[in-house]
Amino acid sequence: MADTATAAPADSGETRRDFLYLAAGAMGAVGTGAVVWPLIASMSPSAEVLALASTEVDLEPIAEGQRITVTWRGNPVFIDHRTPAQISEAEGAALEDLPDPESDEARVQRPEWLILIGVCTHLGCVPLGQKTGQNRGEFGGWFCPCHGSHYDTSGRIRKGPAPTNLPVPPYEFTGDTTIVIG
Amino acid sequence: MSGFQSNNAVIKWIEHRMPIFSFIDHSVGSGYPTPRNLSYMWNFGSLAGVTLVVMIVTGIMLAMQYTAHVDYAFDSVERIMRDVNYGWLIRYIHMNGASFFFIVVYIHIFRGLYYGSYKAPRELLWMLGVVILLLMMATAFMGYVLPWGQMSFWGAKVITNLFSAIPIFGEDIVVWLWGGFSVDNATLNRFYALHYLMPFIIVAVVVLHLWALHQFGSNNPIGIDAKGPQDKIPFHPYYTVKDAFGLGVFFVFFAAVVFYIPNYMGHPDNYIPANPLSTPAHIVPEWYFLPFYAILRAIPDKLMGVIAMFASIGILFILPWLDRSPVRSGRFRPLFRIFFILLMIDCVVLGFAGAKPPEGLWLIAGQLATAYYFIHFLVILPLLSVFETPRPLPTSIGEPVLKGGGSMAGAPAKPMEKA
Repeated sequence: MADTATAAPADSGETRRDFLYLAAGAMGAVGTGAVVWPLIASMSPSAEVLALASTEVDLEPIAEGQRITVTWRGNPVFIDHRTPAQISEAEGAALEDLPDPESDEARVQRPEWLILIGVCTHLGCVPLGQKTGQNRGEFGGWFCPCHGSHYDTSGRIRKGPAPTNLPVPPYEFTGDTTIVIG
Repeated sequence: MSGFQSNNAVIKWIEHRMPIFSFIDHSVGSGYPTPRNLSYMWNFGSLAGVTLVVMIVTGIMLAMQYTAHVDYAFDSVERIMRDVNYGWLIRYIHMNGASFFFIVVYIHIFRGLYYGSYKAPRELLWMLGVVILLLMMATAFMGYVLPWGQMSFWGAKVITNLFSAIPIFGEDIVVWLWGGFSVDNATLNRFYALHYLMPFIIVAVVVLHLWALHQFGSNNPIGIDAKGPQDKIPFHPYYTVKDAFGLGVFFVFFAAVVFYIPNYMGHPDNYIPANPLSTPAHIVPEWYFLPFYAILRAIPDKLMGVIAMFASIGILFILPWLDRSPVRSGRFRPLFRIFFILLMIDCVVLGFAGAKPPEGLWLIAGQLATAYYFIHFLVILPLLSVFETPRPLPTSIGEPVLKGGGSMAGAPAKPMEKA
């Protein structure tokens, strides 16, 4: 009789049945999670998207003061051959004036080459400033037309709703004038 | 209001095994008693239902012709417009149907706001309606992405980037939503799948909405409960015919836009194929999102802007507990009426502010209108329910009509009744 589920001992409440409920419920929750996880994970970037992870760029034809745009992982990457004036402007900015303080040295490997992911950190528009004649904003860098964010000559946010600086992608110089992004 | 009766042998045979005929009769037939004084403002629920069916039917036809791939999507839509038999018609109906769906639903919502249709015992009915609005917005947004024009692409990018405002996990969530590192083919494919799915979820929530509606029946322009059978008339034929007439008028406007100005509510930029490297100079969402876009941009902080935008709809969920006035209809609330009109003006101002670049006077107007929107719900409505003295309510729905209608000066035209 002690083995039947209906006859719980009077002094212990219904602990055996409670245990069975909990154990079955926990197994059900774990099982549901194990089934749902692959479904959710299938929406994350797939292997072939992750494989398109590097872009090689020849810097030779880019004149001083010129900016070009390349594509890396589907996003525009800005390559800016900065002039000495732009470099000194970027290095001279006082860190306490910056919403997202970061020194110019920390954002470049060689001061004349500024490499940035050209996606506004506010809501993802491509800032203007790559072509001559485009609005470069109040700090001479880039200006996002969507919601009015101004970036300086180091790609740092100076004014507007964007919360952070334009990110610097991982890259390395594979020669004097070639870089590999990613 | 007697129970359902039929002498037809087939109907009786089916009814005995599955009482579907009496179910229909109690839902939209002569067995559903309805307040006798409903105005034309009460047409918009059934109009929304019909529009949903139009959208699903045209959407299924379009899905047979559309290709969800970044290389083919834009061209497949152009093929629908040029080569598919009546493709232009089906697409223009679907495209403008979205706008008309929002027009109808916004009128339906403001009718509920004015006549206190959200108050007890209809809170859950109201909240289900807000759920439908959210589902509609998600569906419309994803549908707008499918033609893969410039506005499609950049709208998708900006709106999905809203989620990057979430602290810590934001960036990971956005990459998961995209299925990549930018809006790309994976994004287009999942949006297409979800755009096809969500209308059917809307249908399911509409069923719940109607279920909750039939528990207490429609509210009415004077907002008091029916006192007895003399206050009600059967839904069929009185309101079926009234809804059908309203539907005819609605289709006149709908057809005029579809046939004469089909692109009036769209953006020319969306006839340029998507270019991930070039943002259009001025990104604006479709008109029905403009007030919410204005709220997003009114607040200079990214996270707070996103929170405010979602809160502007979320606040509707708690509206039944913000407005504690026991009087439902705005007709008997002299101060509420004024503030209701101000709220409508406020929403129009938000719409214009959302359409303009966020600078100068329009930015300030958007910020003031955003502040007023929240003040209306969080401050004015709770205070009004304490300090306002409502006008005396009629004793019943039927009385003013049956006595000759002296106190119903503001009542809209009513159909003649053969009582």
